Amino acid sequence: MEDLSSQTKELRADIIRMITAAGSGHPGGSLSVIDLLAVLYAKHLRHDPKKPDWPGRDRLVLSKGHACPALYAVLAHRGFFPQEELMTLRKLGSRLQGHPERHRLPGIEAATGSLGQGLSMGLGMALAAKMDGADQRIFVVTGDGEMQAGQVWEALMAAPKFKLDNLTLIVDCNNGQIDGHVNEIMALDPLAEKLKSFNWDTRTIDGHDLAAIDGALSAVKTVKGKPQAIVARTIKGKGVSFMEDNIAWHGKAPNQEECERALKEILHG
Amino acid sequence: MAKATREAFGEALVSLAEKFPQMVVLDSDLSKSTMTVDFAKKYPQRHFEFGIAESNMIGAAAGLALYGKVPVCTSFACFLIGRLETIRVAVTLNGANVKLVGTHAGLGIGDDGASQMGLEDVAAMRSLPGMTILQPGDALEARQAVEWMLQHRGPVYLRLTRQKLDDVHRPDYKFECGKLDIVWEPEPKAKHFQATVLASGGTVGGAVNAAKELLPKGFAVRVVNAGTLAPFDVDSVEDFAKDSERFVTVEDHNIVGGLGSAACEAAASLGMGKPVVCLGVRETGESGLAAQLYDKHGLSAPHIMEACIRNLS
Repeated sequence: MEDLSSQTKELRADIIRMITAAGSGHPGGSLSVIDLLAVLYAKHLRHDPKKPDWPGRDRLVLSKGHACPALYAVLAHRGFFPQEELMTLRKLGSRLQGHPERHRLPGIEAATGSLGQGLSMGLGMALAAKMDGADQRIFVVTGDGEMQAGQVWEALMAAPKFKLDNLTLIVDCNNGQIDGHVNEIMALDPLAEKLKSFNWDTRTIDGHDLAAIDGALSAVKTVKGKPQAIVARTIKGKGVSFMEDNIAWHGKAPNQEECERALKEILHG
Repeated sequence: MAKATREAFGEALVSLAEKFPQMVVLDSDLSKSTMTVDFAKKYPQRHFEFGIAESNMIGAAAGLALYGKVPVCTSFACFLIGRLETIRVAVTLNGANVKLVGTHAGLGIGDDGASQMGLEDVAAMRSLPGMTILQPGDALEARQAVEWMLQHRGPVYLRLTRQKLDDVHRPDYKFECGKLDIVWEPEPKAKHFQATVLASGGTVGGAVNAAKELLPKGFAVRVVNAGTLAPFDVDSVEDFAKDSERFVTVEDHNIVGGLGSAACEAAASLGMGKPVVCLGVRETGESGLAAQLYDKHGLSAPHIMEACIRNLS
């Protein structure tokens, strides 16, 4: 995990650099989800950057599409596209759209960002893989705010019905959304109990503890007959002190001075 | 023989199941109404019941399609279009190969009333880039449209009727996506037409009746079936504009955004100065018999006749 720990620093730095260069974007939710994505890609998600359309690959649907700077950073580090391209985020003609689109960039499985839709799409992929008798796993990452959407609960009902044990939902619970804290806007807790009662294998972890993430992602693979949910408790803006749990940094780009302060904390803090 | 296009669709799914092994069928507690029930019985491994949860069904259809399946996703037209945001992102923004099939189109459903009537679906679907929209005018066309839809790669919306429709095509009819097709013209062929009527789905039969009644009164009227609403066949509109005084459109859909709008856009873009008289639904629906509702809301043969010969000046 030593190596991965230094990698996540680089990934966080990239998130800050690219959002600063773009002049807009969502640092808070990108920094909260980055450890989850880093471990997933490094140790669990079967993929081949040279063959992004390889039919045997596992799938990740980043339902919280506004956190795509985190996914873009990981994909670039894995070699799906050149790292320099990260600095084109949100610019006209860039493959790195403000919210991800599958036709534009290798490694993106689905267009997301209209919150609440990703779990349904992942469910469909998992159904298809089951039909084909394939051993692929489908991972869906949602935010906690997005769990307020009705479509998510439709999907939460459906996945156990279809016994989709190849489907893993990771909820990035950073307790933040645009208008405020999730527990004030529209509370979800007790979320893990709700998921359990919907017949999901459910576990709760610290979403910044790399070993815990690794352990949870290993454990879900052994679950048979039902989908799994990982409730990951995270901190919005994690790694940059002035962004941490500060709703103002949900969807705001740092200026140059803030960028430098953030990078100093991330890389030398 | 008169048959509902939803019924022809249900039969086609069963008969095409082996030819299209990647096809799967998704339902939201309406399989007896959308007529997928026979497919579900015969191919239970390829049928998925999602319950009354259409957003998730459509999103899952997109996921199935992104993996390589060909999902046929069914409900009433009104309930599918109620999930426009999921269709917009999961289906069309992804370019997902999803076949959305909306039955119970328009006033033609009759006594169930307004909340069950799809009257805005074409308008919404027409605004989605890449969405092909088909509305067959009889059972023969419906069967062929289903087969075309399954071999086509890309999102398709197929709009079907609850009510039985009379045959409007000859037995040798061949469906061609994106083409307006003439279903009736006076014999011998007229050189000049009082009107070319564009009809679609439940209104095609009435348009043919109107044209037949106008002939002995001295008016030559051509009836054209708009089986594809998007992409719209502007070239044929140009051809018809050359020998027709006017266009009349008649559709079991809100007057905004459907066939009439497509025809107006086409006619206006051609700059040939031919008027388009649009017949369509202007209010919310209501209970009644289909024929009564077509009469009351201006879609029946007498209204079409009047629209063909009314003084427009």
